[in-house]
Order: sequence, then structure tokens, then C-alpha cells
Amino acid sequence: MENLIALLVAAPLLGAAVLLCGGKRLDRAGHWLGTLLAAASFVIGAVLFFDMLGRDTGERALHQHLFSWVPVESFRADIAFQLDQLSMTFVLLITGVGTLIHVYSIGYMEHDERRRRFFGYLNLFLSAMLLLVLADNYLLLYFGWEGVGLASYLLIGFWQHKPSAATAAKKAFLVNRVGDMGLSIAIMLMFTTFGTFAFGPVLAATGQASEGMLTAIGLMLLLAACGKSAQVPLQSWLGDAMEGPTPVSALIHAATMVTAGVYLITRSGAIFNAAPDAQLAVVVVGAVTLLFGAVVGCAKDDIKKALAGSTMSQIGYMILAAGLGPIGYAFAIMHLVTHGFFKAGLFLGAGSVMHGMNDEVDMRKYGGLRKYMPVTFVTFGLGYLAIIGFPGLSGFWSKDKIIEAAFAKGGTEGWILGAVTLLGAGITAYYMTRVMIMTFFGEKRWQPAPDAGAVPSAEPAAEDHAGRMPHPHESPKSMTIPMILLAFGSVFAGGLFSFNSAFVNWLEPVTAFEHGHPPISAGAVTASTVVVLLTGVGIAYAQYGRRPVPVVAPRGSLLTRAARRDLLQDDFNHVVLVRGGEHLTRSLVYMDHTLVDGVVNGTAASVGGLSGRLRKLQNGFARSYAVSMFGGTAVLIAATLLMRGV
Amino acid sequence: MNPVNYLYLAALLFTIGAAGVLIRRNAIVVFMCVELMLNACNLTLVAFSRMHGNLDGQIVAFFTMVVAAAEVVVGLAIIVSLFRSRHSASVDDASLMKL
Repeated sequence: MENLIALLVAAPLLGAAVLLCGGKRLDRAGHWLGTLLAAASFVIGAVLFFDMLGRDTGERALHQHLFSWVPVESFRADIAFQLDQLSMTFVLLITGVGTLIHVYSIGYMEHDERRRRFFGYLNLFLSAMLLLVLADNYLLLYFGWEGVGLASYLLIGFWQHKPSAATAAKKAFLVNRVGDMGLSIAIMLMFTTFGTFAFGPVLAATGQASEGMLTAIGLMLLLAACGKSAQVPLQSWLGDAMEGPTPVSALIHAATMVTAGVYLITRSGAIFNAAPDAQLAVVVVGAVTLLFGAVVGCAKDDIKKALAGSTMSQIGYMILAAGLGPIGYAFAIMHLVTHGFFKAGLFLGAGSVMHGMNDEVDMRKYGGLRKYMPVTFVTFGLGYLAIIGFPGLSGFWSKDKIIEAAFAKGGTEGWILGAVTLLGAGITAYYMTRVMIMTFFGEKRWQPAPDAGAVPSAEPAAEDHAGRMPHPHESPKSMTIPMILLAFGSVFAGGLFSFNSAFVNWLEPVTAFEHGHPPISAGAVTASTVVVLLTGVGIAYAQYGRRPVPVVAPRGSLLTRAARRDLLQDDFNHVVLVRGGEHLTRSLVYMDHTLVDGVVNGTAASVGGLSGRLRKLQNGFARSYAVSMFGGTAVLIAATLLMRGV
Repeated sequence: MNPVNYLYLAALLFTIGAAGVLIRRNAIVVFMCVELMLNACNLTLVAFSRMHGNLDGQIVAFFTMVVAAAEVVVGLAIIVSLFRSRHSASVDDASLMKL
């Protein structure tokens, strides 16, 4: 069985190689090939899953050693895989949601002449992500990690002819590099501390390392997670990454790539458990991002950017849960999986809306779409109910557990974290209701297009739309079927996982689990969650449902305006990092010119000047040479006489 | 006669020779001044030989004469060819190693 593990990675990799090297003759069938190989990977994953279920809890982890990559004395980098319950969960999520998004893309990218290349990149992405979660050592994980970064760069910048997309791709790549630096430093620290970077030995030996070293490793891992999972302070790339085609947003920036950070922290749980300071940092990052993303989500009029803010916020929940230690790991992963379903569903729904609305992304120009896109409306609506944590749906089960675990942290910390998570749930309900109402309810704001003739379009296929009225229509079957399947997941996954604590028991051998005891009863937590949630929905309804939504955004309060600009994160980066960097380089250049060049040029000039003066002695006149000879002789004789005299 | 007087004479001759080498421009005169310095040295050698009562100095004076004769041959040849190429016997005109 373990020989199948490599095939999980190999199938999409093969697809990427064939599609990207195959050239134009594959244009017709390329998308089918890509989808087929993604599906093949899912089937292999399912086979391995059922095989794993058939074995006892203690024997479920599988290992496959392919070959030694860099075998040097004590430095052993192996291409080896480890498939345990945690990896298995990710494999099923990645390949399952990934395959659905492949199917969706067949319809969504139908009119794009570079569709084959798009599927190649999607396959490359899947393969890198699978490598990341299947690796049995940090170095191979790093390889997958970089692969994911590369694939996301290619996909965000897929419409590279748009300068905004090209810039967004570059931005995502650069911000990710900052995080990658953290991961590489963490790996180096691990190697110097433990002499290895394979999961097994490192995580088993955490007792032997000093707490300071473990904290350093933990903080570096957290930096890495911040980059990939778009957490404060490395969150600025996620909003701009919405420049990519919508399936990319669904796949990379909702269901899989941004979860890599959560995976990393959960996988390295043993390190964080032994380093409370690093754990505290994780919790703080999660809590800050949770509110940050939620506030940004409230102010955005671009449907995809509102969802991006929501993604940031939900990942914040997961990071926070992962920072709580063994009481939170399982719930972090559970929320990750349910989030994978409903967020992918929401993004695909948003893509479907855009598909029917001439690629318009401004929600202020939607309105009343439920009659025109019934399937999209229902699936998006179920995703909406799931994400706000409506009782009974997926999001409820996982988010409620995280809030409970946050309270169970104990002490003042527990109360603060609990309050933050509750507040986050309320804001989530508010902005998601806002998205829902602005898109599907209310009066039509698109029929008399306000500035017909110049439909502002963020997507490239604008030329044939210019001047045409939007004509909302339901999307083709290849797009609606994945949405329906994801909606099923959004509704039932959470309940299924929570039935008999099935999910927690499943992950327990890997992540360990201990029951948290919140200071208030679980029932009270749930009740207050529901109250907060209904309050959020109510406020949103009062603001957007009861009165017409203005087509042109009102000026808004100071906070709104800041949130529209992503809470000034880009301005902050610009002032602190860009300007600061410019000043730093300028002063370095000045130093280089004056100090370094000064010394070198000064030496050269003084040697030159001296030799210019010495050169004058060589004038070619024999008589002046004779004078110097006489002079020298006279000095020599005088010196000799003087010395003898002494 | 006190042999020290020979030494005074030699010193005087040497000084005249040295001053001539430094001051005069005509190559022939410079050359003659060099000979004057050589002979001043010879005179010193012979005078010391006489004062110390051995022949070493006189023998060295012979060597000097032989070398000076050889030097005259080479030096005059150089001066003649220099004069032919530059139409001047001034040492200051020959300040470059090319024509």
C-alpha cells in the first residue's frame, strides 16, 4: 500500500509536465487530462484512506522511502513520504476540492485560449501541495512549500497582460519569500540542534533542546506560517491575489495553499508545546488576524476581496486554535476542512456570479440576482450559512469548538481570546450577510447600467462586453455541479466530523488531544455564539436589507475608509518597508561612495601624486643624474665617517 | 717633499673634474673631465703607495689606466655617432632614449 503514496504526488506532476511541455496539440484535450489526473490522485487518496481505516489506530501511519536525495555523513536529506491521519486529511481535502475546482475551471476558463497552460499550473500546484503535506522531513516539506509558492505566482499572474495581475503575482511571491526565509532558518536551527530534520526524530527529541532554542525555532516556523497563510504582518498579498482567475482564488486562497501554515504549526506541535512563548505568539497572531481580516471584509465592495478578507479571518481562527496546543489542534484542522468546503463553494459561487455579470466584481452593481441564478443562489447561500456558523451546518461545529477551546485556555488570556473569537463570529455574520444581501437580494442595480458604454471590468475579456447590458444567467453544468457538491460538504461535513467526536479521535494519535474545560459551560458558549451571530446578521440586515444600497459607495467613516484600503497595510508597508528600505539603501550607497570609495580612490590619488612628483627626477639629463650620484656618494661618505667617529 | 701635497693636488684635480662633469655641456669636455677625475684617483693611489711603502696602489693605478684607455675608445665612438645623428655634442640634447 505504501508504494501508492508517491503516485499521489506523481499523478498531478505528470499532468503538469505533459500539459506544460506538450504544446498546442494538447489544447483540445488538455483540460480533460489535467482533470483526470487530479481525479486519479483523489481516487488513490480514497483507496489509501479506506485502507488506513481498516487498520488499527497504532498502525495507521505509512512510510515510503523513495531515495536518498543528499546522503552526506550526518546530513541526510531523503525523498521520503509519511502518510498519517493528519496528512491523509489534507490529501483528501486537496485532491477532493482540487478535482472539483478542476471540473469547474473547464467551464469557467472555456473562452480562455491559454486554458491548457492554466490546467498545467493547477496540476503543478496540486502536486506541490501534496508534496508539502506528505513529506516526512522538513526539507522535503520546504521543497513542496516553495513549489506551492511558485505555482501560486504563476496562477495569480495568469492574466499577466494586466499590469495589476502581474504586480499582484510579484507581491504574493515576494511576501511569501519573507515567510520562506523563516522556514529555512527554522530548518537550519533544527539541524544544528537535533542533527536531523526528519519529523520523527525532531519531534521526539524536543525534550533535549533548550526552551530558548525551541522558542526560536517556533517563532521562525510562525513567520513561515504567517507568509503562506496570510497572517498579520505578512497578510498584504492575499487581497491582491484575487487578481487571479476565480478558480485560483477558490483553490489556492481558500481551500489549500493558505492552510499550509496551519499544517506546519499543527505538524510541529511538539515544538510549540515545549515553547510556551512561541505558542503565545501564535495565538496573538491568530487573534489579531482574525479581527483584521473580518474588519477588512466588512468594507470591501469587490465580492472577491470581501471573501479574501473572510479567508484571512477564518485562517486566523485556525492559527489561534493551533496556538492553543493540544486542546486546539484537532479543531484547527477540523475548521480547516470545513472551511475548505464552504470557502471553495463561496468562491466558486462568486465566480459563477461574475460569469453571468460580464465579470463585474462590484457588489454595488449586483442586486436581486437570486431569480436569475437559482443554483448559484442556493449553493452560495448554504456556504454563507456554513461560514457564519449557523447551527447545524459545518462552520457551526468547527467554529463553536474553537471558541470553546479559546475560553478553555484559562485565566485572563482565555477570557480575552474567547471574547475575540466571539466578536470575530459576530463580524463574520455581519459581512457575509452584507455580501449575501448586496448580491442576491434587494432591487436590481445592474439593469440600467449606470455608466453604460464603459462597464468597469476587472477581467480581461472586456472588449466584447463594452456597452452591453449585463444579462445574468445560470452557469453551465460543469460549474454548478462542483458548487452543489461543495454545498453538500458545507452542510454536512461538520456534523459528520463531530458525530461521536469522530474527527478528534481520528487525529488524536498525531496531534494529541486533551479536553478543554471552559470556565463557562459549553452550552453557554454555544448560546452566546448564536446570539452574537444573530446580532451580526441583524445589523447587516438593518443596514443593507431594509434600505436601498447606493450604487456609488458613500464616503464612509474613517474606519471604513481605512478598511477599504486593507486597514492601511499597504501604506504601512510602503512607509516603513519601502521608504525605510530606500533610505537605508541610499545611506548605504552614500557610505559606499564616501567611505569605501574614498579610501580606495584616496590611496590611488596619493600614489599617483607621489609618483608624478618622483617622475620629475627622471628628466633624461645625464648631468642631473650625475649630481644625484655625487650627492649620494657624499652622503654615504659622510655617514661612514660619522659612524666611525661614534 | 711631503707626499701629502700630492694628495692635495689630487683632491684639487678631482674637484675640477667633478665640477666640469656637472657644469659643462659639451660631451668632449665632460669626457675629458671624467679622465681628469680618473687620473686624480691614480695620483692618490700612487701617493698612498709611496706613503705606505708597498706597491699595491701602483698596481691598481695600472689597472685604472687600462680600463680608462678602453673607456676612451668606447666613449669617443659613442660621442662621434651621437654627433653624427644629432649634429650636436651637447649632453643636454641627448635627454631622450630615442632620436
